[in-house]
Amino acid sequence: MVSHVLEIRDLATHFMTRAGVVKAVDGVSLTVGRGEVLGLVGESGSGKSVTGYSIMGLVDPPGRVVGGSIKLEGEELVGMDDASLRHIRGKKIAMIFQDPMMTLNPVLRIDTQMTEAILAHENVSKKAALARAQQALERVGIPAAAERLKAYPHQFSGGMRQRVAIATALLNQPAVIIADEPTTALDVTIQSQILAEIQQLCREMGTALIWITHDLTVVAGLAQRIAVMYAGRVVETGPVNEVLDDPIHPYTRGLLGSLPSAAIPGQPLDQIPGSTPSLGRLPPGCAFSPRCRYATDLCRQEAPLNRYFSNERQARCHHPLSTVALVATPTHT
Amino acid sequence: MLSFFIRRLAQAVLVIVVMMVVVFFGVNVVGDPIWMLISPEMDQEAIEKTAAALGLDKPIIEQFFHFVKGLFQGDLGRSFVHGEPAIQLVLSRMGATMELAVVALLMAIVFGLPLGMYAGLYPDRRSSRLIMSGSILGFSLPTFWVGLMLIMLFAVMLGWLPASGRGETVSVFGFETSLLTLNGWQHIALPAFNLALLKISLMIRLARAGTREAMLMDYVKFARAKGLKESTIIRVHVLKNILIPIITVLGLEFGSLVAFSVVTETIFSWPGMGKLLLEAIQRLDRPVIVAYVMVVVVLFVVINLIVDLLYSVLDPRVRITGAKA
Amino acid sequence: MSQSNSTAATPVEPAMVKQETPWRQFVRTFLEDRVAVTGLMMLLLIIITAILAPWITPQNPYDLGTVDLMDSRIPPGEQTMEGYTAWLGTDGVGRDLYSAILYGLRISLMVGVASGLIAASFGMCVGLIAAYAGGKVEAIIMRIVDLQLSLPTILVALILVAALGKGVDKIIFALVVVQWAYYARTVRGTALVERNKEYVEAAQSLGLSKTRVIFRHILPNCLAPVIVVLTVQTAHAISLEATLSFLGVGLPQTEPSLGVLIANGFQYMMSGRYWISVFPGLALLFTIVSINLVGDRIRDVLNPRLEK
Repeated sequence: MVSHVLEIRDLATHFMTRAGVVKAVDGVSLTVGRGEVLGLVGESGSGKSVTGYSIMGLVDPPGRVVGGSIKLEGEELVGMDDASLRHIRGKKIAMIFQDPMMTLNPVLRIDTQMTEAILAHENVSKKAALARAQQALERVGIPAAAERLKAYPHQFSGGMRQRVAIATALLNQPAVIIADEPTTALDVTIQSQILAEIQQLCREMGTALIWITHDLTVVAGLAQRIAVMYAGRVVETGPVNEVLDDPIHPYTRGLLGSLPSAAIPGQPLDQIPGSTPSLGRLPPGCAFSPRCRYATDLCRQEAPLNRYFSNERQARCHHPLSTVALVATPTHT
Repeated sequence: MLSFFIRRLAQAVLVIVVMMVVVFFGVNVVGDPIWMLISPEMDQEAIEKTAAALGLDKPIIEQFFHFVKGLFQGDLGRSFVHGEPAIQLVLSRMGATMELAVVALLMAIVFGLPLGMYAGLYPDRRSSRLIMSGSILGFSLPTFWVGLMLIMLFAVMLGWLPASGRGETVSVFGFETSLLTLNGWQHIALPAFNLALLKISLMIRLARAGTREAMLMDYVKFARAKGLKESTIIRVHVLKNILIPIITVLGLEFGSLVAFSVVTETIFSWPGMGKLLLEAIQRLDRPVIVAYVMVVVVLFVVINLIVDLLYSVLDPRVRITGAKA
Repeated sequence: MSQSNSTAATPVEPAMVKQETPWRQFVRTFLEDRVAVTGLMMLLLIIITAILAPWITPQNPYDLGTVDLMDSRIPPGEQTMEGYTAWLGTDGVGRDLYSAILYGLRISLMVGVASGLIAASFGMCVGLIAAYAGGKVEAIIMRIVDLQLSLPTILVALILVAALGKGVDKIIFALVVVQWAYYARTVRGTALVERNKEYVEAAQSLGLSKTRVIFRHILPNCLAPVIVVLTVQTAHAISLEATLSFLGVGLPQTEPSLGVLIANGFQYMMSGRYWISVFPGLALLFTIVSINLVGDRIRDVLNPRLEK
């Protein structure tokens, strides 16, 4: 049995709002292998970002991780006290956010913001920390790194800022990096550059990567495995080529069909009808059933369990679309 | 950067010129101008002689030039009450007022900043709500009434602190200051606190709002993701961000501190410019009034200029690109 | 065990929700904060007692016939020569403090509210003109407004009363001068935003005259922030008038506002007859605090961004 660097089982993160309980993440199970790239895909509101925050322990009140288990290199994170979590954050597991202009403090220099990431975990001299920061900047391809260290965030372009964020994440050589839509805010040309660079860096350093995005095309070229989320649950996982070529879940099929590249010129785009449900008022049964063209009464009444298929594929569906062989169905959620 | 500075300087000069015109025409149009220069007790003949001697029968424009000339020579007439040149009188009291204002400003920072930050970090706690209610009281209460209460409590009932006057002064580099003696601090404690109360309330509200906003920013989240201690995050990331607008506001409020010192100095018999002004108003000592106004205007303009410069120095976004953030 | 969870949507019938008028919604949200409600109660009490002053006081302190010098400086709660109990004591010349305070409240409130309303009207007009005229006119007006706002209120007021002398009308004038710019700036800001909204275009395309558009259409939408400013500024005006009167340059002795009363009592503080200053001071305090509490709450309610 391959030991995964990150193992999540039945993670549940709920938000206790005045309007009721919002189950942003409701029973998510994922695994990430050492050095593997996992694409976590879903529309906005699917719970993918909250999953990322939950792993980091950065869920803001009124949200809270209410159940499940997150094992990082064997260590259980759920229920861990704050001090220990803090030691892990930034060291064993790092996060990159969407908008680098907002994630870098505008009134502090880059070197300050990078060295503090090192100094928070190790007792090294400032000089040594600076040297490492400079090395990291050079690694992500920032020219004249020594001078750039003394600069402020607004003096960088968008792509460069994100590179700085990536460099910062890599500083302590974490086992896992969670990237929450890091290229969405960037130019298309820069996007692909950064994508390739991150891929190479992770391969070089053996760092696992969870790439959170709504863009299937990004995932296609980057990830080895993919997990598709809908309304707080993972509805399908599997090796990326297989899932994209031969989706099991109707939602995945729908996402693929609605891509502009899949469209036949002249024909209307194949959109999924309806809209994502409000997470505070989910329908009984399968959350996707109101929008699914294959839905039956069973789907509307009973929420499907996670089923295992061959080639390490999983999906939650009563009527799988693919002909791939079913291997097992657990009797509990 | 230089062009920015020059532009602001030019603006400042313009404001001073405008004020000069306003003050002159204000004093001379409202009421008989002759009263500005002579004592109210002279008889009619002497008045007319003085008027002629001072050229007050000449056209108003000529009088204005005369006024400006006198201004540059530092001559704004003599005080009726004290007999000294008005401008010197005002300047001699300026030190005491500045001392009071500076101590009040320091109090505002020392008390207001930590309380405000606390209220911003833990907005739902009882103590935070208490602080905020306190701040409402702080700027609702009229300064003079607070002064009265302070005197009643600390001076009359408890007898801890003196109710009036300035403490012993020590000469430092030619300036008199009362801050180097215990006696001096005892005397300045109540009036400075009285003056500071409004600013403390302001500080609390500013610091709270700024802290709340800063804590929601993404860079705080990112700092947490890096594994920084919460206290470090507050100290390094949040503090620096809120200090910039707070310092600029405080700088501008310094002028209002000087203005409000009129009330505090009167209640506590503090020998500053404010008390001088009030006496001048009560006794119709117009040269002193004019001198005070001119001094205060120049002071304000200088303060505004300094604050502008300070802002551009503190905020790296402004400093490096030269643009307004 | 895939039962429908408790948050599953129960079939919602398209019920006819009774539409709440904006006014009712405002009142309801306002009343949610207990502190503000206390403030409002206090304020109403103060206003009512001030209005009813002549009927609920044992003495008209300004009718010299009823004032007896023998009654001076009586401590609170004792009997006076005139035959009533001075619950709050008497002042230096024998006036019952309770009566003096209520009469003084009238004057303080009147001066504060009057100056506030006049400043608001004037400031609103200036603001609207600036917003609607645009260009150089707007630039000049706003320069003047900025200049006025950068000067500390107390200094401007002091200099004005120094020039004009004592008297109710002069005080009100000084207070108006000190306040109008705030309204002008607020209204101009709101009017600028409103000007670009669609209903203005609609009104204009109907051929309505400029004045009509300004006063009947834009103005009502600018009122919300004005009301907030009005409450805060009224408290400030009352405080300022009290300060000026206390310093001896505000209202004359013939129109004794609370500030004048406090000033009169100052000299007796050191000798222990605190009540002559303290009680009027407390009355002033409660007035200002209650207005501020109400104003604060109105602002929070009207500003959706601040809703947590």
